[in-house]
Amino acid sequence: MKLSILKVLSALLLILPLLACTEARPLADDPAVEVRLRHLSHELRCLVCQNQTLADSNAPLAQDLRQEVRELIVKGLNDQEITDYLVVRYGDFVRYRPAVNAQTLLLWIGPALLLAIGFGSLWWTLRRRNSLLADIDNNDQEEKEEEA
Amino acid sequence: MIPELGQFSLILALLLVMLQVGFSFIGATHNNQLWMSVGTSATRGQFIFTGMAFVCLAYAFYANDFSVLYVASNSNSALPLEYRLAAVWGGHEGSILLWTTTLSLWTIAVTLFSRHLPAVFRARLIGTMGLISIGFLMFCLFTSNPFDRLIPAALDGRDLNPLLQDPGMVFHPPVLYMGYVGFSVAFGFAIAALLGGELTQQWARWTRTWTTAAWIFLTVGIAFGSEWAYYELGWGGWWFWDAVENASFMPWLVGTALIHSLAVTEKRGAFKLWTVLLAIVAFSLSLLGTFLVRSGVLTSVHAFATDPERGLFILIFLGLVIGGALILFALRAPQVGLGGRFGMVSRESFLLSNNVIMIAATGAVMLGTLYPLFLDALGMGKISVGPPYFDAVFVPVMTPAIFLMGLAIFSKWKNDDLPTLAKRLKWAFAVSAATALLLPLVLGKWTPLISLGVLMALWIFTTAFVSLRQRLQQRQQGWLPALFGLPRAYLGMIVAHLGVAVFITGVTMVKGYEVEQDLRMSPGESAQIGGYVFRFEGVSDAVGPNYIAAKGLFKVTRNDKLVAMLVPEKRTYMVQNMPMTEAAIQTGFFRDLYVSLGEPIGDDAWAVRIYIKPFVQWIWGGCLLMAAGGLLAILDPRYRRRKKDEQIAP
Repeated sequence: MKLSILKVLSALLLILPLLACTEARPLADDPAVEVRLRHLSHELRCLVCQNQTLADSNAPLAQDLRQEVRELIVKGLNDQEITDYLVVRYGDFVRYRPAVNAQTLLLWIGPALLLAIGFGSLWWTLRRRNSLLADIDNNDQEEKEEEA
Repeated sequence: MIPELGQFSLILALLLVMLQVGFSFIGATHNNQLWMSVGTSATRGQFIFTGMAFVCLAYAFYANDFSVLYVASNSNSALPLEYRLAAVWGGHEGSILLWTTTLSLWTIAVTLFSRHLPAVFRARLIGTMGLISIGFLMFCLFTSNPFDRLIPAALDGRDLNPLLQDPGMVFHPPVLYMGYVGFSVAFGFAIAALLGGELTQQWARWTRTWTTAAWIFLTVGIAFGSEWAYYELGWGGWWFWDAVENASFMPWLVGTALIHSLAVTEKRGAFKLWTVLLAIVAFSLSLLGTFLVRSGVLTSVHAFATDPERGLFILIFLGLVIGGALILFALRAPQVGLGGRFGMVSRESFLLSNNVIMIAATGAVMLGTLYPLFLDALGMGKISVGPPYFDAVFVPVMTPAIFLMGLAIFSKWKNDDLPTLAKRLKWAFAVSAATALLLPLVLGKWTPLISLGVLMALWIFTTAFVSLRQRLQQRQQGWLPALFGLPRAYLGMIVAHLGVAVFITGVTMVKGYEVEQDLRMSPGESAQIGGYVFRFEGVSDAVGPNYIAAKGLFKVTRNDKLVAMLVPEKRTYMVQNMPMTEAAIQTGFFRDLYVSLGEPIGDDAWAVRIYIKPFVQWIWGGCLLMAAGGLLAILDPRYRRRKKDEQIAP
């Protein structure tokens, strides 16, 4: 009995490496780096494409740029430092999330502003409308009373 | 010969549409029946000749006539027939011809299905649509002629962009254009009403059907495009906030607002001016979208300067149409009555809040799309505004609309109060909130965004359910006959709103729980992802009609049972020597398995990208439900029953 268990175990030991061989490897050496790269490259623009993120592009230049970002991650830079580095090299064009500065202030507060103006004017219009309608009603009543 | 025939047909169509405009407007001014009916007949002629030009161009593609410049630039003799025909709208000139043809299709539909309209109103409507036709026919003939000859003829064509060689190309553009151009009918109704100074509730009822019809096409067209991008581009995204997408999304948002404000105007006679303005804006955005996509400003503001003819033409046309409409609007605005009274908390005010949000959302999309162009034009540097911006801005703007949706289904016309509403909806909210908090925990990953998404979807589901139950209880019948007895407009509204919930579910699940793996795989290797085992069997070569391909074979099993054999391809299209990724997808109700083949990386190994995308089909399923809701609403007999009374009205 004991022998057979040993046999099975040794057989397993022989097979295991074979099984492990057929398991596909991740493309990248370090999956953690890859996760960060994927996250970052969704915010970066492929500089030679029509309108694509770095993550989505298969252009050779995009692959080079991804490699560059990968190396920066391995060097230990954080996301902000990497973005800053790329902006210095390639300009603001490279980032899909525009920086907040004097130039882009309107871009960033615009939607909130629109919503506020929209609801403000709706509220104002509805109030004005109701008071106008009330005036009309009052006038009608006065006319009726005068007629009577 | 045939291309010249097409060219000649276009010229005839232009002359006929001038008759259409002239006779319709003059006839309307003098209330002359004969002139107005000549205008309508000219519409038929215009339709026939525009259609003939379109057929002539299609024939040139069919016959591989490379002496036509446009055919030589967009087709190739090796291109399969269906794509040769789809190549008719594969480039600028053909797209404009498709626009024009679609417009004449809508115009002829208006003449056929609007016999019940007062003659003068109808003539003005047809005249207005004719004015737009004139603009586009002239644009076609003078700046973008698809029939220009190439002498000497090319030996073969430069081929259709391989990205476009897909069944999606056959359906997506025509359906999308039907939607885009369909808003011209709402625009025509608005202008005709302003000209006649008769903004009635009846006007709103007429406009509603046409607006919803266009909106259905636009919804389906956008969904088609999104699904196409999902399987064709090879990285599994479904919306990229690309400027071209935004150009179609803006009219959709305003069209949605218009449908809701038309409800207020039809039922309560209120906010007529606002509704008319929205009708004008919806079509203006369609034109703006055409301008953005067609003038080349999107690629670079400098493209506009190097070839200013087309851009300038559309810009002037845009100015005339929008400017003219707004001036007319300003002139007529003071004469329009106020309509029925309603409280600050009422269905009316909820629907108008929807409008505010939709317009703000449109503004946000427009801001993001145009901002980089303006900065560049002003020489203030180049910036990129992409998905991270739109995601950050769009979701917070739209979230309140989803919550209002649940309230609005329940609220009463004229007046309602919040405490009663809250009482009626407390269970719906409690159930949604509790599930939203707990469900993501059960699924194994909790983030605020996932929870919010689940909350919004469930909120719509539960409120719709409670509303439906309430309605059914009011009718003392079995629930099935009662369900069919409900007004179709109401059912349509419920179905469309459920579509939004299904859509949100899809987006939330796929954003929250998608699994993505980049692998290096050699034949015989397998990868275990999310309970599925993907075994890479190897790559074989294949030859298509105009490309060569490497076909990968993946065997997908779950618990040792075969789930799918997936065959992603890496194609190289020979004419343009362009590589294309054809992903292999097994779609399912709860998840898609998505495999895309990357580059060979030595020793038989390939870079492979595998996704498991939960609920991703719900995104498009939701859009189709929205469209189905619109269709149900159009089919409501209410819109046909009253034809008789309308004929009596002046």
